[in-house]
Amino acid sequence: MNEPDTLGASLTRSGVSRRSFLKFCTAMASLMALPPSAAYAMADALNRAQRQSVIWLSFQECTGCVESLTRSFDPTLEQMIFEMISLDYQETLQAASGEAAELARKQAMKSSYGKYVLIVDGSIPTKDGGVYSTIAGISNYDMLVETAKGAAAIVAVGTCSAYGGIPHANPNPTGAVAVSDIIKDKPIMNVPGCPPIPSVIAGVLAYFVTYGKLPELDHIGRPKVFFADTIHDRCYRRPFYDQGKFAKTFDDEGARNGWCLYELGCKGPTTYNACATIKWNGGISFPIESGHGCLGCSEPNFWDKGSFYQPLPTPLADNAPVIAAATLGGIAVGTVAAVVSRKHQADISTKEEK
Amino acid sequence: MSTLDQISVKIINPLSTQATQADGLSGNADAILHEIVALLEAYTSTGEMGAIDLRSLPLTPADYELLRDTLSEGEVHAHINAIGNSDIHETCYPGVWWLTYYNADGDTVAELLEITSVPQILKAPEEDMREGLARLRDRLTQLE
Ligand code: SF4
Ligand code: SF4
Repeated sequence: MNEPDTLGASLTRSGVSRRSFLKFCTAMASLMALPPSAAYAMADALNRAQRQSVIWLSFQECTGCVESLTRSFDPTLEQMIFEMISLDYQETLQAASGEAAELARKQAMKSSYGKYVLIVDGSIPTKDGGVYSTIAGISNYDMLVETAKGAAAIVAVGTCSAYGGIPHANPNPTGAVAVSDIIKDKPIMNVPGCPPIPSVIAGVLAYFVTYGKLPELDHIGRPKVFFADTIHDRCYRRPFYDQGKFAKTFDDEGARNGWCLYELGCKGPTTYNACATIKWNGGISFPIESGHGCLGCSEPNFWDKGSFYQPLPTPLADNAPVIAAATLGGIAVGTVAAVVSRKHQADISTKEEK
Repeated sequence: MSTLDQISVKIINPLSTQATQADGLSGNADAILHEIVALLEAYTSTGEMGAIDLRSLPLTPADYELLRDTLSEGEVHAHINAIGNSDIHETCYPGVWWLTYYNADGDTVAELLEITSVPQILKAPEEDMREGLARLRDRLTQLE
């Protein structure tokens, strides 16, 4: 397919100056909280790297994850990603269809066997022989197993491919499962979110192309560079939480004053994602800033954890004395609350893994 | 050493420590200013350049203002147009550069302090120069 071409050469050809590139790398390093010196190393490595061959399979999904990436508010980001990778198969974006499309996948697999990154969005139905989602007559299950064989690593983009997502929600009529439920012998990175933040998708791809390996992952396979903190850890409403000031309804005085949305069901304390720092729509705001609590969309089974508008049950019990103390005692308690929620989070996750 | 006044005392400008929390200072601007001193010392003695990502520590608007005020603007100002604008200015401490990168829509995508004689991004990269040379030669043959 593509003849080996360094990224530097292909960038120059498409008129991207090295200054632009350095700037892109600096922004990426900053986003991933890497030290500034990493930007130069990254620019250098990427410059000499070959474009990473990527095969992207879309299974049982809503296309929100691809939309998130391609309709990101930063045209440069999108351009840079497509310079960094050679997207050899992506049904939604490619021109080829039908048999030609399947041929493209086979060719991409053959020409960079053992080296391509397999990106998957969407969950995989397993019930009734996987008939609920097929492409060219091939079940998602078979296509995943076949394509995973030659992959260097797999990136599960979105909560569906990472943890089953909405298709997996009770009663899960199609028997939807996550990529990691099927593939056991490849490095898998989960980039959950419903959908994931576009710069997070870009960042992890940049990381892989630069270092030739996946970044460090947490206990449920998420890159720590983006998923180390909870929404609550970085939430700008946090001072109100620490002071015990909670909105009780969406239109009361508390809500108008921007108080904490915990009692309205905010799942921020148990949700690990970067929304509170990177935000959405080109950094304009994120759900909590728009007045709605976090749904916990980057967590396994977020759909089945009870009502979105019911306060988190366990932490409230766990935190009750903490919150009460916070009302009197001020901010130092915030850290304690974070630790409590983190521990709770770990408990939830270990339970779910079984 | 016989008397107390012979012990040398280094007074560090207390900056935000004199201010109260009501001013919205978190103390992080202080930390950054001290880091700049360390990086300047390193650069002037070993030539090793340093950088601080301003997003690496949470800064309140008051911290930010303190940082801006203290560093202020020096003699050099540069503007780069590469995938959106970048603004670079030397602070009033030579060798301490404030870099702000914007994307094509004008949102800030990165903000750094670099401690070096010339920020890397200002220098013309050699590969780009070679490529420019080829283009200029082409242009001349077209003109002939
Ligand atoms: S509970 Fe939600 S709204 Fe309140 S501080 Fe935490 S993340 Fe922010
Ligand atoms: S705030 Fe919560 S629900 Fe909303 S996008 Fe971020 S992680 Fe998902």
